[in-house]
Amino acid sequence: MDERIFSLWVYLAQTPLLWLTTTIAVYRLMTIISRRLGSPPLLNPVLLSIVTIVIILLVSDTPYPTYFDGAQFVHFLLGPATVALAIPLYEAERTLRRIFWPALTGLLIGSITGITAAVVVGRLFGLSDITLRSLVPKSITTPIAMGVAEQLGGLPSLTAVIVIVTGMVGALFGWELLGLIGIHDDGERGFALGLASHGLGTARSLQFSSVAGALAGLAMGLNGAVTSLLAPLIVPWLGL
Amino acid sequence: MIDALLGILLCQLVGEVASRGLSLPVPGPVVGMLLLFTILRWRGQVPDQLRATAQTILDHLPLLFVPAGVGVIVHLPLLNREGLPLLATIVVSTMITLLVTGFTMRILPKRK
Repeated sequence: MDERIFSLWVYLAQTPLLWLTTTIAVYRLMTIISRRLGSPPLLNPVLLSIVTIVIILLVSDTPYPTYFDGAQFVHFLLGPATVALAIPLYEAERTLRRIFWPALTGLLIGSITGITAAVVVGRLFGLSDITLRSLVPKSITTPIAMGVAEQLGGLPSLTAVIVIVTGMVGALFGWELLGLIGIHDDGERGFALGLASHGLGTARSLQFSSVAGALAGLAMGLNGAVTSLLAPLIVPWLGL
Repeated sequence: MIDALLGILLCQLVGEVASRGLSLPVPGPVVGMLLLFTILRWRGQVPDQLRATAQTILDHLPLLFVPAGVGVIVHLPLLNREGLPLLATIVVSTMITLLVTGFTMRILPKRK
């Protein structure tokens, strides 16, 4: 009997099916649990799912590449999801026209601030150079951020994690923080949140309104482009 | 559903080809988003099917970040050393970025 369970495990561990199903099932379970707890921002389904799956992988001694073989089908959907943001963007065109110039200025200043703040604050907290280099593109969407980190001599896989944490931090209190400094326009709030915390900031903005989500998605895309252009120029100035 | 999915994937594919072929700094999916946006503006409306499909994908956007996030498992030793200062850096610098961006947009005049 033990041997049969073992060979079943060997089979399952090799197919993408197991980890793909696990990823979706754990996430589904965590959305239910999070909702039962009254959706506390800190115990969001993404964080709960990541922690749970990491524990499962550690306990079952499964290497990350094996897990990712299955989970890549979910990861892949980030691309189509980005394209799909064109629909809320189309519907938010009026807002976009209204805040066009402030948004464009905010984009440039926000990108430069994001890069500079990461290095300056990180150095203040005594981070190593390789961590600092991995930290620079933290506000932009995962695929571009990993490319930028590689170009800067950081660790792309560490950047992927930093990007997710940045997204969670923005999603956690970004909307409220912007409200505190008197920004109540959905378009502006979404734009700032998407710029500073990419897709997770966009997902959070979508919870408030489709206009906020659309502008967040736009800011996410634009900041990816601007930061990938500016980071290699600014980083040497910061002595890195 | 299938037509909408095909349309989205085609936009992404064209975006990916344009991004890589022309070495654009903007990633393929973002080019795809701008392409689809242009098409929608040209058509002047969003097909119902496309709206429903996009809604389904966007409703579950947070799920899509889980696989990359689980990658934290590869860096547990580094996080053991630098985890706390790294987290502090992320929180502080993200707040600074949000505040500066928001404040910039707030002080600039908007069209009516």
